[in-house]
Amino acid sequence: MTEELIDHLSRDLRPARKGAVAGRLAAALVVGLAVALAGVALSLGLRPDLARATADRMFWMKLAYAGAYAAVGLFCVERLARPVGAAGSRLRWLVAPALVIVLIAILQLARAPAAQVRHLVMGDSAMICPWIIAATSAPLLIALIWAVRGLAPTRLRLAGALVGLTAGGFGAVIYCLHCPEVGAPFVAIWYSLGILLPCAIGALAGPRLLRW
Amino acid sequence: METSDAELKVLMIAALDGDGGAYRALLGDLRLRLAAYFGQRLRRDPDDVEDLVQDTLIAIHTRRATYDRGQSLTPWVYAIARYKLIDHYRRSGRRVFVPLDDAAGELRVADQSAVADARRDVEKALASLPKRTRALLRDLKIDELSVAETAARAGMSEGAVKVAAHRGLRALIDRFAGPGTSHD
Repeated sequence: MTEELIDHLSRDLRPARKGAVAGRLAAALVVGLAVALAGVALSLGLRPDLARATADRMFWMKLAYAGAYAAVGLFCVERLARPVGAAGSRLRWLVAPALVIVLIAILQLARAPAAQVRHLVMGDSAMICPWIIAATSAPLLIALIWAVRGLAPTRLRLAGALVGLTAGGFGAVIYCLHCPEVGAPFVAIWYSLGILLPCAIGALAGPRLLRW
Repeated sequence: METSDAELKVLMIAALDGDGGAYRALLGDLRLRLAAYFGQRLRRDPDDVEDLVQDTLIAIHTRRATYDRGQSLTPWVYAIARYKLIDHYRRSGRRVFVPLDDAAGELRVADQSAVADARRDVEKALASLPKRTRALLRDLKIDELSVAETAARAGMSEGAVKVAAHRGLRALIDRFAGPGTSHD
C-alpha cells in the first residue's frame, strides 16, 4: 500500500515552485491590503490633510510603529508557516517597537504641560481607535490565515497569534491614513490595543483555522 | 546503510526540481524512518502506524514547497511527522501537551508521547469506575480542585466526597495493583 503510494507520488512529479512561502504570503497581503484600504477610504475617508500630514513627524512615527509590527510579524510568520518553525530568534524582535514607542511616549509626557497630558493619552478617538484598527485588519487576518493554512504551520496557536499580529500591524498602517491623532502615548496605548486584538483572535482561532 | 541527512537533502533538492527517481528513493528511505518513529510511539497499533506513515508521506508531498533548501531536511520531516502524530492523538480524543519551544524536536516528541501514554493509561483505569466516582476523581486528582470545590460541583457534602473518592481510589488500587497490595 505504502509502496503504491510512493509510486503514485513520484510518478509525474512536477518541480516545486521556489519561493512558494513568500509568494503565497505576498498574494494574501496584496488582497488583504487592497480590501482594508478600500474599506477605510470608503467608510472613514482618508484624512483630508494627508499631504500636509506627511510633513509631520508624528505621522511617520505612527506609521513606523504600525509598520514595525507588520514587518516583524510577517518575518515571524514566514518562519512559523513552515514545519520546524522555531521562530525564537525572530520573536525577540517583537519587543523592540513597543520599547521605542513607550520611551517616546514617556519623553513626550514629561515635556508636556499638565493641561495637555490628557489629550496626549486620550486624543479624540481613544475609545474607537482599537476597534477600528481591529476591523481594518480583518481582511488581512482572513487573507493571511488562508495563506498560512495552505503552507505547513505546526505550532498553530503561536502561528495564529503572529498572523493576527501581522494583520493588526498592517491594519494599523492603513488606519494611519485616516487617523488624525498626534500623541505618542495615544499610539502606545490605543494602537497597541488595536494590534493586540487581532493577535488575540489569531491565537484563539489558530488551532482550529490553521489545521491542515 | 543509514543515509545521512546531507544525502537525503540532495535527493530532496533534486526532487523539488522535478526528479522523480530521486523522489522515489527519498520517500522509500523516509518511509522506513517514519515507520520506526511512529512504531516507537504507537506500539499497540500497526494499522495506525501504517496510516500515519502514509499521511505523513502525503503531507511531505503536498507541502514540499515549504521546505527551505538552506536548512537540513530531517528536522523538517520530523516536524511534519510530529504534527501528524499530535493530530492523530487529538482526533482519538486525547489532550496532548505540545511543547512551545523544541530545538531538539525528536527528543521532545519522545517525552510527549510518554505523557500521552500515561494519560491514556489513566483514562483506561478511570473508565473502570462508575461515572460519578470517575468525575470526582477527575476533579480532585487530575484537575486538582479542592474537596470543597469538588463537593460543590457534584452537589455532595464534603464528607461524602472524601468517602467516595477514597473508595474509588481503593477500587483502582485493588484492580490495577493486583491482589496482595491491598491494605485491607
